[in-house]
Amino acid sequence: MSDILAILPQQLVFGIALGTVYGLLALGYTMVYGVLFMINFAHGEVFMIGAYIGWGVLAALLDAKVGGLHPAWVLPLMLVPAMLCTGALGVMIERLAYRPLYVRGATRLGPLISAVGASIFLQNAVMLTQGARMKVYMTNFLFPPAWRFSLFGASISALLVVMVAVAGVMMWGLHVLVQRSTLGRSIRAVAEDREMAAIMGVSVGQVIGTTFFLGSALGGAAGVLVGLYYTQIDFVMGYSAGLKAFTAAVLGGIGNIRGAMLGGLVLGITESLAVTFINPAFKDVVAFALLIMTLVFRPEGLLGEGLSDREKV
Amino acid sequence: MLRLSAVDTFYGPIPALKGVTLEVHAGEIVCLLGGNASGKSTTMRTILGIVRPHAGTVEFEGKRLDGLSTGEIVRRGISLVPEARRVFGRMTVWENLAMGSFIRRKEPAAEISRDMERVYGLFPRLRERSGQYAATLSGGEQQMLAIGRALMARPRLLLMDEPSMGLSPAFVDQVFDIIQTINQQGTTILVVEQNAAVALSIASRGYVLQNGRIAVEDSAAALLAADDIRRAYLGED
Repeated sequence: MSDILAILPQQLVFGIALGTVYGLLALGYTMVYGVLFMINFAHGEVFMIGAYIGWGVLAALLDAKVGGLHPAWVLPLMLVPAMLCTGALGVMIERLAYRPLYVRGATRLGPLISAVGASIFLQNAVMLTQGARMKVYMTNFLFPPAWRFSLFGASISALLVVMVAVAGVMMWGLHVLVQRSTLGRSIRAVAEDREMAAIMGVSVGQVIGTTFFLGSALGGAAGVLVGLYYTQIDFVMGYSAGLKAFTAAVLGGIGNIRGAMLGGLVLGITESLAVTFINPAFKDVVAFALLIMTLVFRPEGLLGEGLSDREKV
Repeated sequence: MLRLSAVDTFYGPIPALKGVTLEVHAGEIVCLLGGNASGKSTTMRTILGIVRPHAGTVEFEGKRLDGLSTGEIVRRGISLVPEARRVFGRMTVWENLAMGSFIRRKEPAAEISRDMERVYGLFPRLRERSGQYAATLSGGEQQMLAIGRALMARPRLLLMDEPSMGLSPAFVDQVFDIIQTINQQGTTILVVEQNAAVALSIASRGYVLQNGRIAVEDSAAALLAADDIRRAYLGED
């Protein structure tokens, strides 16, 4: 038992890092659900493509033998293109795969199936263009393993700190945008009552597009961070990560932005503790057991409101 | 100011408006009466472009509105106080008013705050509750907020859909006093009501809709006086 207690701080640190990334990815699910009442199952693939773009930038820099790689300038160089491209990709997915359906009055099932189709398409597009073999993030060139410090017996690497900081700043930025800006208010207005938002003069189509851009860009950033952390990426990585983040979004209360962040943290920490106290093999079992328990006992999620006023055919 | 000419509107195969022709002149309060499912709300939705008319034209200040998007119609100077209020419950009172001024977001903030002061002047209760979520307001307060929100767009024509619905009788009088004040301050008003007596008392003219057609059109005083019309079309005893 004392052995387990000794590694607890370490596992908590891993859990928090994993949780912030889940949260970042969960925001994409929750934001889209907020405005369209659908689960964007292609979001995991958006995340995967973000990871590939970040990898591409880093690999190109290493190939070109650029000296003096430092996260202070390399990380933005990876994150910004990844976020812009995945943001644009999200907007494209909405325009091509969802909008043609819902403007014709499709039920919620139609876009859902279309989302699964988009997901399969993107996975295969990446496999065909990038190959089926995994790619390796050369994280050690950017964050030397020696960059670490100890805290309460946990060894914390610079990369973990940067991950939590980047994800945290992005979540905070999104929160401020949604709560304080005119754009944020119009997103909330569309989420609450689309017709009234239009009567206020809000262009609903534009707001939906912007929401996809923001959510997908955050997903792309999460892809880069996860790539750096796990150092191996492949074209199916979006599937399980997407399911986990979706779980986090439901756990926190789907449609609720703070809920997605909280759900991500709870899921990340729970998974890490499961690894410590139960068995690493049960990591996913614990995550999905949490999803099932949420759906049974608190379907509106931790911070969600009652389902009734959100339900919409 | 507003003219509907021979408007037909359908919901799928079901006709909701049949040859509706009506006119609202600048500065007037015009009242649109009728029972349930007579086409009152559909008339509002047609004016705002939420549903498209199949035939006929809608003109505002001499320009065609039919075919334009709702956003564009609102930008031309029409706003709506919807049936059942429909305030944004998960936003504060202040945020609801800010949403009302969405189409004016490029104007200087001082202009917007001046109008917000005007709304708070009409409804002091809203100032007290400006930081509160709209869902926590009483029905009457929500009605004030819905009116204030519509005024924030600085409309020249204000459409009001059943402003008295669900309010206590004392409050109904208060709301109609305010409607009159808003009109005197220069906003033209088209109001849809089931509560004919109260609505006609402040209106200059009225139309009675029945089964999607204009059945009667007259001055408010004449409509108020005509017992047979009220019995026949408005379901009053």
